[in-house]
Amino acid sequence: MEISGVHRNTKLIIDGALYNVEESEFTKPGKGRSVYRLRLKNLRDGRVIDRTYRSGEDVEEARLDTQSEQFLYHENDQYFFMDIKTYDQHAVPEEILGIKKNFLKEGMEVVMLMMGDEPIDVQLPITIDLKVIETEVSTKTATITPQNKASVLETGYKVGTPSFIKVGDIIKIDTRTGNYLERVSTGK
Amino acid sequence: MAEDEQARLARLRPNLERRALIYESIRAFFKERNFLEVETPIRAPAIAPEPFIVPFQSEDWYLAASPELHMKRLLAAGYEKLFQFSHCFRKGERGRWHNPEFIMLEWYRANADYLGIIQDTEQLIASIARKLGHKDTIKYQGQKIDISLPWPRITVRDAYIEYASWDPVATNDPTRFDVDFIDKILPAFSPDRPTVLLDYPTPQASLARLKPGNPPVAERAEVFIGGLELANGYSELIDAREQASRFREAVEEIRRERGQDMPLPDSFLKAVARLPECGGIALGIDRLVMLFCDAASIDDVMPFTADTA
Repeated sequence: MEISGVHRNTKLIIDGALYNVEESEFTKPGKGRSVYRLRLKNLRDGRVIDRTYRSGEDVEEARLDTQSEQFLYHENDQYFFMDIKTYDQHAVPEEILGIKKNFLKEGMEVVMLMMGDEPIDVQLPITIDLKVIETEVSTKTATITPQNKASVLETGYKVGTPSFIKVGDIIKIDTRTGNYLERVSTGK
Repeated sequence: MAEDEQARLARLRPNLERRALIYESIRAFFKERNFLEVETPIRAPAIAPEPFIVPFQSEDWYLAASPELHMKRLLAAGYEKLFQFSHCFRKGERGRWHNPEFIMLEWYRANADYLGIIQDTEQLIASIARKLGHKDTIKYQGQKIDISLPWPRITVRDAYIEYASWDPVATNDPTRFDVDFIDKILPAFSPDRPTVLLDYPTPQASLARLKPGNPPVAERAEVFIGGLELANGYSELIDAREQASRFREAVEEIRRERGQDMPLPDSFLKAVARLPECGGIALGIDRLVMLFCDAASIDDVMPFTADTA
């Protein structure tokens, strides 16, 4: 594919290794050629590199398949998933999952990216609803906007929430940033 | 989940208000100096052929990528001081510093050269800063920038020899020039001062006059602040034959590289012969507003971009 078609999360093969495009920055001297600066994460070892490309250059896009898998559990830095059709188990290391590891609930279904028989990475929906299991008791009157207290979610993830959030509430989280978005329902 | 339009526009309000103040102070600056504000067509039968600026077509005409040619036709007819805010269009240019439709401020002055125009630019930006309550410093993305005058100047040749270890005036390699510019030159500029880059290699002269020398260079200057390429100015080329021959080369290169046939702007070429000695500059207003709003992205200073229009 042409470099101008590369976006965030495009998967590329560079020098035989598989990379995810973490950031793509377009820049161009007014009268000059377009230049694309990519921040790339190696999907085997999690290492991040920067590469610069000129407009018109070709890059190799990786051909990936997807399949539904269920999250089972994690042990040390390995996260285990199961192919819903074949019951095959796949492990994905923590450094590949990045922030996404915070939103995995046992038994939840995810989309696994596969290159051939090899699991590459997990795709989550943009938002996910999680239950609050622990939060500071607010002393002030509840306000709407400032995310001013820490709450712990059922996955163990700690997130800043408004002070009106209580234990048992279900809240919506943006899985790209890890930020609180809104309260979905209140617990008793 | 994309940000809701109402929330986005509410968030942008302080920046849009500041943007309007900047426009006011620019108009006041030029009015004080007896410049005439003009408007020229944003849709025209021919535009300046530029190898790396891809125009949008509108039926068999083009959307302006800059108001330069029409403003120079006015200069050729005896208008001596002109400025314009102009919608400009450049295909495929989208990123943190780019939107395919953007606003350019251009001004031209008879009996001035590129150095005089750079002084105008320094004074203009200093006067906007004062109007917005800054003294000699602004803060952009965590970096304090001392904008007191005059701004440091460096020639293209010295910058490349120092930071990229080659001489682009002696060696013609435009591709290496552009890549090194982004990778080596721009990051080497002092972050706490504006930089004026002067005297470009002749193949990058575009519409600038050449300065005799051995080897000659183009009287072209660019202004950078906070890592942003803000403005590009020239001592304008007033040699009609030379201008026509540069345009013909550009048309040839565009045909070769993009397979696009672009017409020569004949009415402009006719006017070039009547141009007085003059200088002019194009300044990206959106980026100037980014600078004064401490905005990381052009999306933070425009209510609607190509992604939200």
